[in-house]
Amino acid sequence: MTLVKEAPARPAGKRRPAAPAAGRRGRRRENLAGYLFMSPWIAGFLLLTAGPMIASLYYAFTSYNLFTPPKWVGLDNFTTMFQDPRWQKSVEVTLKYVVVATPLKLLLALGVALLLAQRRRGQGLYRAAFYMPSLIGASVSVGFVWRALFSDDAIVDRGQKILGVDVGGWIGNPDYVLYALVALSIWQFGAPMVIFLAGLKQVPRELYEAAEVDGAGPVRRFWNITLPMISPVLFFNVLLESIHAFQVFGSAYVVSDTRCGPADATLVYTCYLYQKGFKEAQMGFASAMAWTLVLAVGLVTAVLFRSQKKWVHYEEAGK
Amino acid sequence: MTTATSPAPRSTLTRRRRRGGSLVWHLGALLVLAVVLYPVVWVVGASFKPSKDIIASLDLLPTEPVWANFSGLADGISGIPVSSFFVNSLMYAVLAVVGVVVSSSLTAYAFAKIRFAGRNLLFTLMIGTLLLPYHVLLIPQYVLFRNLELIDTLVPLVAGKFLATEAFFVFLMVQFMRGLPRELDEAARLDGCGHLRTYWSVVLPLTRPALITSAIFTFINAWNDFMGPLIYLNTPSKYTVSLGLMMFRDQEGISNYGSMIAMSLVALVPVVAFFMAFQRYLIDGMATSGLK
Repeated sequence: MTLVKEAPARPAGKRRPAAPAAGRRGRRRENLAGYLFMSPWIAGFLLLTAGPMIASLYYAFTSYNLFTPPKWVGLDNFTTMFQDPRWQKSVEVTLKYVVVATPLKLLLALGVALLLAQRRRGQGLYRAAFYMPSLIGASVSVGFVWRALFSDDAIVDRGQKILGVDVGGWIGNPDYVLYALVALSIWQFGAPMVIFLAGLKQVPRELYEAAEVDGAGPVRRFWNITLPMISPVLFFNVLLESIHAFQVFGSAYVVSDTRCGPADATLVYTCYLYQKGFKEAQMGFASAMAWTLVLAVGLVTAVLFRSQKKWVHYEEAGK
Repeated sequence: MTTATSPAPRSTLTRRRRRGGSLVWHLGALLVLAVVLYPVVWVVGASFKPSKDIIASLDLLPTEPVWANFSGLADGISGIPVSSFFVNSLMYAVLAVVGVVVSSSLTAYAFAKIRFAGRNLLFTLMIGTLLLPYHVLLIPQYVLFRNLELIDTLVPLVAGKFLATEAFFVFLMVQFMRGLPRELDEAARLDGCGHLRTYWSVVLPLTRPALITSAIFTFINAWNDFMGPLIYLNTPSKYTVSLGLMMFRDQEGISNYGSMIAMSLVALVPVVAFFMAFQRYLIDGMATSGLK
């Protein structure tokens, strides 16, 4: 956390004079040293990021099954994709997941962060306990636990039966199974919670004291002080969590069935991508899907960034 | 963390109100905690229940605990000892940690401490990779490693770690190194240290908190990783714990539910242990990344 304060952005114009040998030879040596030190990253960037990006862009316009060389098919993959009912289903499922899970998760994260921001005994212990699901939530183990908790006749199902609703467990029911995934996502609210907490601690206390003197109640204080003051953190969390939600895979694969069912009810986008690419060896189609995902995520990011001006409050004075 | 201005002395009235509020606060926090930790306690309890009771029984903890689920693990899964999955996962995680710490810290040193041409452009590129959905790289990377005949080895899983492709950790270390006083490495340079020496003897030891955060996150991510092993590993004896668990499910299914849950629990142990030991670093590291 201390890094936040100690690491100001590098001032763009102001350069300190370079170390002793700042002549042309020294500069060349600095360049060489710089590139040598970051050679792992450069190799990784070219080999595992830039190169693959170009390759996948190419594959997206080909028919490629791994065994015969890619064959150029133009926009065929995209036209087939848009007309593919399973693709449409996967888009629908993913959007539903993003739109339901992200706000609920952030709401819970903010609520608990507000609770923990009050100085109370055992605060650190609570914070750690609430964070734990975020760490183990990604594991297959928890996927199994979820299957068990939401299956027929298990705890959730019995609770529902008491309320007079019998759906035979969420896991086997196409109308409900996606919400078991949503619940799993919400359960992992620890990461955004910690970020909210860090933001809440930066809000100057004087503001609250002044508002209290002016007679503002807790609700007013929340709307007029807390929310604007943490809006940059809220923005960051919305951005990060929605991008993550678009890419959900493991939980859908494990919790619902390795086929992302029943009845494609949890066929999230990446699950369909996996099936197309690695089960059916349609690498071209899968690449077209991947690029469509990149564009969608890019679009969401751009829209969020543009919306910032309307609701994100940055302090003029800076830190 | 900025320390809040010290609170003004409060009247006894507000203090009493605070104490009442404190009770409500703890009740509220414990209520949320009970819901959040229910699945964790459940899996512990379930691992001691007979298979047939695991789903149906509503008791959180078993009435008569049995060890059979754990001893059943000794039989392995389709002839593969359970320990082999753990060894494979451990190898993956340790290699990943070594790769990330070494390559990311070298790269971060270059970004933070060396003034070379094109640094800003490269830094922007590096940050850009943070936002790129991983899936667009998935297929070409698979094709690449397939052409190199490296499928069914750990190489595709850890290559990126050794090549600093985890931009998040590079970024974390850059931020940390920039916070170190410039005078330190300038003094080292004046004393005749080259960059390698400055990196190793001056900067690296001071960057330890960021290195630890990165190491722990990397270990846990590798241990939990599912999609990577799912795509790249084919031979059951090379499977990591995640795949071993999936195999368990497919082979034994509902009949040996108990052992599956027991193994799930054991699989969580390293992550939880790491977390308990280092949670302060982890949580602060998380918060730092959020605040830039």
